[in-house]
Amino acid sequence: MTTFLLRRIALTLPTLFFVSVLIFGLQQLLPGDPALALAGENQDPAVIAYLHQKYHLDRPILVRYALWVQGVLQGDLGESIRIKRPVLDLIREKLPVTAELASLALVIALAIGVPVGIIAAVKHDTAVDYGATMAALWGLSIPNFWLGILMILLFSVEWGLLPASGFVAPGESLKQNLLTLVMPAFVLGNAIAAVMMRHTRSAMLQVLSADYIRTARAKGLGELRVILRHALHNALVPVVTLGALEFGQLLSGAVLTEQVFTIPGFGKLIVDAVFSRDYAVVQGVVLCTAMAYIALNLLADVAYVLINPRLRP
Amino acid sequence: MTAETFDAIAIGADRGERPWHRTMRRLVKRRAALVGLVVVVFFIMLSTLAPIVSPYDPLATSWAMVRKPPSMVHLFGTDEIGRDILARIIWGGRASLMAGIVSVSLALVIGVPIGLLTGYAGGIVDGTIMRLIDAMLAIPFLILAIALAAFLGPNLTNAMIAIGVSQMPVFVRLTRGQVLSVKHEDYIEAARAVGNPDRRIVLRHILPNIIPPLLVQATLAIAAAIIAEASLSFLGLGQQPPNPSWGSMLNTAKNFIQQAPWMAIWPGLAIFGLVLSLNLFGDGLRDALDPKADS
Repeated sequence: MTTFLLRRIALTLPTLFFVSVLIFGLQQLLPGDPALALAGENQDPAVIAYLHQKYHLDRPILVRYALWVQGVLQGDLGESIRIKRPVLDLIREKLPVTAELASLALVIALAIGVPVGIIAAVKHDTAVDYGATMAALWGLSIPNFWLGILMILLFSVEWGLLPASGFVAPGESLKQNLLTLVMPAFVLGNAIAAVMMRHTRSAMLQVLSADYIRTARAKGLGELRVILRHALHNALVPVVTLGALEFGQLLSGAVLTEQVFTIPGFGKLIVDAVFSRDYAVVQGVVLCTAMAYIALNLLADVAYVLINPRLRP
Repeated sequence: MTAETFDAIAIGADRGERPWHRTMRRLVKRRAALVGLVVVVFFIMLSTLAPIVSPYDPLATSWAMVRKPPSMVHLFGTDEIGRDILARIIWGGRASLMAGIVSVSLALVIGVPIGLLTGYAGGIVDGTIMRLIDAMLAIPFLILAIALAAFLGPNLTNAMIAIGVSQMPVFVRLTRGQVLSVKHEDYIEAARAVGNPDRRIVLRHILPNIIPPLLVQATLAIAAAIIAEASLSFLGLGQQPPNPSWGSMLNTAKNFIQQAPWMAIWPGLAIFGLVLSLNLFGDGLRDALDPKADS
């Protein structure tokens, strides 16, 4: 197990290296003098000279890369030009908002996707199965920002049930917090629910035709017990690990959802940064998402081996 | 044995039926996939014939017709500066379809050769390139596209480049996996034994055999690219005003949701309809191309 873990961790090192090269390389896409672009609206020569010095723009690119990585490793992601604060602080401030939204979305996705997937598999090739499969395809094809607008139209404008936008911190009022987040979380969870449903359905179909399920039935167990205890238990392994890979989808979706519902999270941070040409913030956000993805992938792989004894070395 | 007859033996011989015919026969049986295809063709025709079928100039504003609900004069209503929404939907389809086709072509043109190379060469070439691909896959698709669009500058061309580059890793992975799975098949070994050079083996023997999964993935990738273009335009990073695009129309519509809800209905319905149809067609194509499925 230890060797597996060490080998798996060693494998992420080159990936991390290339991620850093890619993100550093983004700067090179800027036309002309990066200092001019980084200075934004402010074209003061003193500021530009300061930026030249701060980012070592007069040094060779390899030296600049090394200095940048050195900073990142010490937790220095640069400074936001717009808000004049360290990027890391901004990320720390916005991350909990998106994390709450994403967790709620994941709960909704699991609560819809897994049961529907089980029912579709059990009722394989019936109208119920076709209906569920079709619903999943709808869920995957509907752009989530449009779904968000439609929900605002229905629940806020027409019926006045839920707030159309904004965010209240859970510490301030948990009830208000959940009221503002229920629509965005549903919108974000919708597409993931569709993916979960597909995974659960195919995993259950595979498991249900296995010999040990026939054995369980043969020894006279009730159908419900066979499905929930014996089949689901094994079918959930790939569903859970594949779920970890939906993290990217969840974050991409959060960017759009936060924009629709004006929620001050991670996604809003990167979009606002793009428009104010706040490149250090863009780089910081991309770096954090990539590292989170790599870490989650690692955890999913390890969990997969831990849960599945056949894969244990 | 010449290489040509060898190809014929390797590919054909399924009860005398050509794979292409078998695929078509199976596809026709799938009602949903056919409906999808018809809708996609409809959208393609609508946007190619935009100058003829569009009822109005998509850029013509009219202060007398600001935010008018759907009527016989303006079937889909008008927007916040009096432009006809139907005309903008028809012309906006061009941005969506072009983004879908151009970015996926870009992803294919870069991704497939890299996948062929890494899969066939193996060793250190494979190891290095795949770690780079892993790094690209570690950045969520839309976040990577946003970052690229941010540094390249916001416009439709850069959005298409950003989407294409972000989709490329998927095609590298798929191509590589397919190459690895057919690389040691008997017919490849045979082709090598006859003395074919590597280039010929890869292009004439491996590539034709891995086209079906690539075709399916490309169809589904076009659907994803269309959503991605709409997303970037919705965020203001794609098609720039006043040129129409479904995503940017929704972005404006969001601000008038109370006064003019129809502004938000049509562009979303268009994206949804086109993407759903492409997904239906892609799913049907996958089933029809699957050689293991019973016919």
